[in-house]
Amino acid sequence: MSYTGWIILTASLVGLSCSLIGVFLILRKMAMMADAISHTVLLGIVVAFLVTRELSGPHMLIGAVIAGLITALLVQWLYQLEIEQHASIGIVFTTLFALGVILISTSVGNAHLDVQHALMGEITFIPWETITLPLIGNVPEATALLAIVLIIILISIIAFYKEWKLTSFDPALAASLGIPVVLMHYLFMSLVSITTVASFDAVGAIMVVAMLITPAASAYLWTDKLSVMLVLSGIFGVISAVTGYIIAARIDTSISASMAFATGIIFLISFISSPKHGLVSKYTRPSISSLR
Amino acid sequence: MSKTVLKVENLTASYRKNYVLEDVNFEIAQGSLTGIVGPNGAGKSTLIKTLLRLHPPITGTVDFYGLPFKDAQRVIGYVPQRGSVDWDFPTNALDVVVMGLYGKIGWLKRPSKAHKRLAYEALQKMGMETYANRQISQLSGGQQQRVFLARALVQDADFYFMDEPLAGVDAATEKAIMAILKELKSYGKTVMVVHHDLQTVEDYFDHVLFLNRTVVKHGKTLQVFTKENITKTYGGNLRIHFAEEESHVVHPL
Repeated sequence: MSYTGWIILTASLVGLSCSLIGVFLILRKMAMMADAISHTVLLGIVVAFLVTRELSGPHMLIGAVIAGLITALLVQWLYQLEIEQHASIGIVFTTLFALGVILISTSVGNAHLDVQHALMGEITFIPWETITLPLIGNVPEATALLAIVLIIILISIIAFYKEWKLTSFDPALAASLGIPVVLMHYLFMSLVSITTVASFDAVGAIMVVAMLITPAASAYLWTDKLSVMLVLSGIFGVISAVTGYIIAARIDTSISASMAFATGIIFLISFISSPKHGLVSKYTRPSISSLR
Repeated sequence: MSKTVLKVENLTASYRKNYVLEDVNFEIAQGSLTGIVGPNGAGKSTLIKTLLRLHPPITGTVDFYGLPFKDAQRVIGYVPQRGSVDWDFPTNALDVVVMGLYGKIGWLKRPSKAHKRLAYEALQKMGMETYANRQISQLSGGQQQRVFLARALVQDADFYFMDEPLAGVDAATEKAIMAILKELKSYGKTVMVVHHDLQTVEDYFDHVLFLNRTVVKHGKTLQVFTKENITKTYGGNLRIHFAEEESHVVHPL
């Protein structure tokens, strides 16, 4: 495959994985948690590197999951100590992220890990770092990792679809029916972590939040059905990734920033014109309250 | 004498370091319809949540049918407060009712046509079948509460806990819900309801549990629903409280 082809494929995989996970982030009202985890996985990656001295996929995934779970646990713990939820998130993730930054500049400091790269990502380097897979041949490592993560996400969502739905909508009923709500919560946090770390190379910690939240928030405006919301969010994610690349290539700018910008455009269009919740329909359609 | 289906001993629970429930003791007989009443902050919701292990107890034992909660979970139904969920969630009324069956359907399985039929029948019972495909945010408060009741019915539990099912609903819904509660009782099912309206307690419930951090009084409505016990539970604010209740009656929605 061509150089451009790999980049577009990688970007689309980022868009798809992030936007699917994002649907549940939105519905569980945990958008802020995505922001937190996208930063703390940096610490996970750094520590994984310090322990194993290599930057390979599986190590990074494990490091990220541990960092993500620690973030979720610490936030929960602070919250129980009567610190407001959003403040807890703010305290935990900035501290862990700062620790990651300090470790990079003092103990790691090499060409493969730097703060700039972690924050912004660099998708243009991705096609150069290849691994050889059986049957498929030479594949960029980041792309292979993203494909694996996407498969994990798809399997988790499909297998536990009704459990995700119920624990998001009504966790109290879910618990009273014997569904392990807490376990599902941490499983979900793990999924967010691996999605983030797999997208790290391509779009970085800051832009990954755009890919996680915005396509799902846009899809929410178009539909009243969870399955449709998932499909729409996925489509929006891929469209943003591809248009983002095209914009970047045209005006020669950062690919990750253009992708994030594209998600914003899609949201704006949705916000104005969606038939259910859009600005235009609010004025052209009688409101629900007046129908009652 | 009917058999005891719930036995609570020495139950204590706190919420963010404050004791909300202290030394709660009571027994519930099978087939009873109990109203839990008490002032705001008396721990009514917390009591239900603690009994159902949704909130951790500090001390105390809770026995359902002589078993710990985990072993009795299958036969217990719960109707949370309407305000506890996000009604903008992308789903419709029928789907919410099917959720009541998720425990029975089991892992890795999808709800079948039969499950959906059961859910539809439950909606019919609550007079909500025409709204089956309606997005839940487009239902009125009373309709949303009926969907929650339908979801409880479909669970086919033996013991139901309901948190303020009559709060903020229209008169027709209140009537429909009370009819269902009486029907459940007639099948020998046990129901405990957090209730806020002292005016209707005598009509609706055969047992009353006065709660204010601990059980002030518990027994048959005819015997314990007295001015004295109400004053004891609500303290000096009784008059104000009654005035409030009357204003509800004067201005029905």
